[in-house]
Formats: sequence, C-alpha cells, structure tokens
Amino acid sequence: MKKKTQLAKLVLSFAMLGAISHAAIAEDLTGTLAKIKENGVVVIGHRESSVPFSYYDANQKVVGYSQDYADKIVDAVKEALNMPDLQVKYLPITSQNRIPLLQNGSYDFECGSTTNNVARQQQADFSDTIFIVGTRFLVKESSKIKDIDDLKGKNVVVTSGTTSEVKLNNINDEQKLNIRIITTKDHGDSFRTLESGRAAAFLIDDALLAGERSRAKKPSQWVIVGKPLSYEAYGCMLRKGDTQFKALMDKEISNYQTSGQAEKSFNRWFKEPIPPKGLNMNFDLSPEMKALFAAPNDKALD
Amino acid sequence: MATSWNWGIFLQPTPFGDTTYLGWIWLGFEMTILLALSSGILAFLVGSFFGVLRTLPNRFLAFIGTCYVELFRNVPLIIHLFFWVYAMPMLVPESVRDWLYNDLDPMFFTFLMATIGLGLFTGARICEQVRTAIISIPAGQKNAAIALGLTLRQSYLYIILPNAYRRVLPPLTSEMLNMVKNSAVASTIGYIDLTKQASQLLEHAGRPYESFIAITIGYVIINIAIMLIMQFIEKRVRLPGTIGGKA
Amino acid sequence: MDLDFGQILPNLSYILHGLLLNLEITATTVIFGIIWGTLLAIMRLSSFKVLRWFALGYVNIFRSIPLMMVLLWFYLLVPQLLQAFLDLPATTDTRFISALIAFALFEAAYYSEIIRAGIQSVSKGQISASLALGMTKGQALRMVVLPQAFRIMTPLLLTQGIILFQDTTLIYTLSLADFFYRAVNIVGNRDGLVTEMIIFTGAVYFVICFTVSRLVNYYKKRVTR
Repeated sequence: MKKKTQLAKLVLSFAMLGAISHAAIAEDLTGTLAKIKENGVVVIGHRESSVPFSYYDANQKVVGYSQDYADKIVDAVKEALNMPDLQVKYLPITSQNRIPLLQNGSYDFECGSTTNNVARQQQADFSDTIFIVGTRFLVKESSKIKDIDDLKGKNVVVTSGTTSEVKLNNINDEQKLNIRIITTKDHGDSFRTLESGRAAAFLIDDALLAGERSRAKKPSQWVIVGKPLSYEAYGCMLRKGDTQFKALMDKEISNYQTSGQAEKSFNRWFKEPIPPKGLNMNFDLSPEMKALFAAPNDKALD
Repeated sequence: MATSWNWGIFLQPTPFGDTTYLGWIWLGFEMTILLALSSGILAFLVGSFFGVLRTLPNRFLAFIGTCYVELFRNVPLIIHLFFWVYAMPMLVPESVRDWLYNDLDPMFFTFLMATIGLGLFTGARICEQVRTAIISIPAGQKNAAIALGLTLRQSYLYIILPNAYRRVLPPLTSEMLNMVKNSAVASTIGYIDLTKQASQLLEHAGRPYESFIAITIGYVIINIAIMLIMQFIEKRVRLPGTIGGKA
Repeated sequence: MDLDFGQILPNLSYILHGLLLNLEITATTVIFGIIWGTLLAIMRLSSFKVLRWFALGYVNIFRSIPLMMVLLWFYLLVPQLLQAFLDLPATTDTRFISALIAFALFEAAYYSEIIRAGIQSVSKGQISASLALGMTKGQALRMVVLPQAFRIMTPLLLTQGIILFQDTTLIYTLSLADFFYRAVNIVGNRDGLVTEMIIFTGAVYFVICFTVSRLVNYYKKRVTR
C-alpha cells in the first residue's frame, strides 16, 4: 500500500514536473523563438554569391559552410520547440538590406559572411564566431601587384555595405593613396568588375576571394595578395536583445566546433571540389580558426 | 516602426570619416541634379534631331528615326544602362576598353554611361513629342513658307519649329519629371545618386525610415523646382494674343 | 571578345521561367490599377471636397517619387503592415507581395490620370441628358459615361501596361528572381555570360513590347475608325 502511494506520488510529481516545464517553455518563449513557434515557420536569410559560405549551387539550392551552421541551428530550434515538421523558408539578402530586413522581421537569422563588429552590434546581435578571415586583395597574377602601395591611383572594387568598403575608404583617406574606389551591389558584380579589367584589385575577406576565384573562367590567373588590412570575425546575425535565441545558437555552435564537426565542414568546403563547377578552393585552416574551434566565443575583432 | 525617431543621425559622421550622413544625402542630391541636367540636355538635342528627322519627306531618314524610337521605347531602362556599363566595353577594341575603364575616372565613367543611357532613353520620348507637335502645325504654314520662296530648311527653322516647340513645352515638362524619376535606376550601375545613398544609409546608419523620408523629400524638391522652371520658360515664350499670352 | 550565345540554351527554361514573375506582376497591377485608378478618378471629379483632396494628394505623391524608391519603401514597410493588418500565412514571400502592392498602388496613380482624362472627354450634354431621363448620377456614370470613356482610353491603358511590363524589371533591386535577374545575375555571373545575357534580355523585351505595341496600334485604328 505504502509502496503504491509512493509510486503514485512519483508519477504525479513527474507529471507535474512535465506540466510545469511544458508551461515554462510555452510561457517563457520570447522574441524570435516565440515568433517561430507561433508562425510554424523559420525564415533563414542567405547570400546568393558568398562562395563557399552561402550561395547557389547549379540547382539554385542554397549551400555552403555557413549554411551548414544554419542547418544545425534549425535542427536545434526544431528540437527546442518540439516541432519536427517546422517549415523552413529562405530569403536571399544582400550586404545593403540584411540589417533592415532582420529588424523588420522579414527573416529570423542569417549565417552568411557577416562580420561581427562593434558598429553592427548597435543594430543586431551576433552568435559565436563561425569563421575568421583577413581582408586582402584579389589581383591578376600578371599585374605584379603585391600590396596596397602598388594600387596607388588605380581602380579598386569593393562590395557596397561591407567592412572592406569602410576600411578602404579610411586607409585611402589617411594615407592619401588616391585609390579610385568602385562599389557594386554584390560580390558577383565585384568580381565581374575585376575580371572585365575595370578594376585592378578586389578587396574583400580572403576566404571569399578564394571563392570568387574558384568561379573565374581561368582561376589560375588570379592571386590573393597583401597583408590583411584587418581581421574579421563572421557570426550568425539575429535580432538585437534576443538573448534566448542567442543562447540556443551559441550552444549549438560551440558543440559543433568542439566536437570536430565544424572542421569536417571546413574541409568539405575549403579543401575539396565544390559546386557548381567542382573547383577546389585550396584554403588552409588558419591558426586563428584552430584557436576558435578549440575555444568558441563571440568576440568582435575590431 | 516600433523604434522611436532619431533625426540626429544625419549629423553623425559616416564610417568613412569623410563627412556626415547629411553630407552623403547632399552628395546624392547634387549627383541626381547633375545627371538630370546632363541627360536632359542630351535627350533634348537627340529627341529634337530624330523628331525632325521623322517628319522629313525623305523616307530613309524617317525610317532611321523610327528605328531609334522603337529601340528605346521597347527595352527597359535598366537593360540599356547595363548595356552601356557592362556589355558595350566588351564589344569595342581593347584599347578603347582600356581607355574607358582605366584612363577615365570610374566615377566619371559611370556618370558618362548613365547620361548616355538615360539621355537616349528619354530622347526617344521627347522625339515623339517633337514629331507630334510638328505634325500638328497646319500644313498651310509650311506650304505658305515654301510658296514665299523659303527652302525646306528655312521653313523648319523660322516657321515650323518655333511654333512646334511652344506646343512641346507642356509635355516636355512631364518628360523631364519622368526623367528625374527614371534617373533613380542609375543607382543599379553604381551611380551615386539619391537612391544609391538611400541604400548606403540603410546599411551604414541603420535608420531606414529617417533616411527614406529625407531621400523622398529630396526628390520632391527637385520635382517642384523643375515644374517652376518649366512654368517660367512657358510664360516667357508665349505668343502675345494667344490664350494665356500677354495682349 | 567572342560572344557565345549558344551557352544560353541550356539555361533557357530557367531564365524564361522568371518571365512569369514579370507577367504575374503586370497582370495583377493592370487589373488592380484600373479598378483603384477609376475610383481615384471619380473621387477627383466628385463634389466632396475631402475625396477630391485625398485623390489629388495620392496621385501627386506617387507621381513625384521614383518607382525604385517606392519599391524600397514598400519592401521595408510591407512585412510589418502585413503582420499588423492581415492574417497572411507566414510562408508568403513578403518580397513578392511587397513588390505587388508597391506596383499596384504606384501604377493606380498613373492610371487614374488617364481615366480622368477619359471621363472628362465625354461631353457634358450626355450627363445632362441621362439625368433628364431620370437616371441618378451614379447610374449615369456607370451606364453612360464610363463605357464610352473606356472605349476611348483602352489603347492608352494598354500602352501604359507595356510601360509597366518594362518597369517590372526593377524588382531586380529586391533580388527577386525575375527574367532579367536570373539571366544576368544568376546565370550570367555564374557562367561568365553577362554581355551575352544583357543583349539577349534586351532582344526578348524588344520583341515582346514591339509586337504588343503594334497590336495596340492596330486596335486603336480600328476603334477610332
């Protein structure tokens, strides 16, 4: 008899615990997670030509190193909300519209090639860093350009709204280099500008340069040169002040990085042939990246 | 809309360190006016030329005018602009391409191509207005001029065109207003006009509503200015004795 | 430089599929624009001061802002307005909806001016005659004035439709995958065919718009004969 009541108590307390924790989730959901739960859909922002982070393959499907993170985060959201059939939608974004569209709720988060810096932290929050790059130049091998000093008075193309655009304008001003700056809408346009001979160099994050180079008609013609003008930490971007969603993302990313899955994804996208043309980026894991995978963090590098 | 207004944003320095956000908008304002002036002049000249051509008795010349109008009326402006910036340089000899791309300042190159694209596009519309106006002049005027011994050239210069242009002025005003609005498309080829600055502010200042309102006001100001200028010109060239003209 | 138009072929169905988006926006906008434009035109000509001022303000505001700015404005505003006022499923592509709304509201301003001119071209005597026959003002408008006005302005409305069809290329700026965007930005950039694609898209637009405007001219001649 006594045993029975104890068992009943145990069952009851479990049931109550379940009810409470269930209620707790339902009540405590805030910000993006609450929105996702209510709408039954999560909207991922993605880039169209940030090779190999977030871009279209030959079938117009979004793929890439950052997209692997986005997929992981969606899985974690499905689990946390207990919604295995959660609908996933994709919204292509550009450097110029990614912040307003995040703020106005068009999409819920993005993992692409967005730098986590102090200025942007005023407008959005960032997850743990997913990639670290240096800002460098892509030039024609035959041009003999080695560093920024060789670019005095020449045309250099940058993508509008990127940190490289800001950096190049600052340095050009301070050092009076008279570089003639061309800005374009996206990386694809920028590379087209470089390839057509309209610009002598294309300044952007080195990993993206390797990606653009892999799409060139003759990839061997192009080389990445120069001391990095700055280091940049890419993070996934989410709405400002959404601590609950950020905690979920950070936990997932840090598991992903410390468990060695992130390095596998790196090798997949940076050391093996990638779509659409099956070219190899041949880009090695840097010491900075190794340190990041060992100790995940969300520090901006400026 | 949930956030509160912050108009002070315009006085803050831009991340480039060169000016304030207001300075960026002002630059866009100036560039929009510059493009409107340059392509307005080009459109007027080209439109007048082809408009006259289309009314000439010579069939071949008239046909050339028709081809020009049809080509520019049936292809969207953005494709014209992309053609001049991205395609045309690939179709010319390498030395010319090198001159366009590297000897010209890239800002000037974009301005030049935007002017050609927008000017020829608007010119096709002005051409139609000029042609319609010329046709609407009673044939008796031309016949009388020829009978008086004027050549065809003289009859156009002294009789037909002065009258035709008075009739063209009202539709010309609306074509100029359309052109200013169309000039926003030049932002897609990287021309730093008001619309381009709207997207620059969007990314760097992160205050979309304030930025958009300021940019929109910029366009309204330019519109009003054009209307006033055209009204002034219309008044100046009115013939005495016509409706609205001084007695 | 050697142009290689042959490489367009394998991507042709993907690119042409984008044309559907342009046609969809054009069709929706023409229908909505004419309905809303007619209402605006009637308001402009009504004897109620408030309606007159509203229509006047609406038309002048939309006619003084570039279409590109209108698109950008609605791109920002629409997702929030949708959440606030309509209960649309969250799966709707807000870029497409916002482009649709922007085009429809913008074009209605232009349509209303054409329609207003059309209504005003019908002689006043006809209204007086209708009223004298015992019709109400609304009946006179519906049964006498509008049918005649629409016959006169159909060619103008169709011509405006061709202009609108060309303007739909501007959804390029919203990264919506329309005909031009797919051709130049996706396939052109990916396969190094930008020059070919610009010429190709220009040619396609020319053939479509030229043909349709010829048909409109033919129709106009038949109507006015």
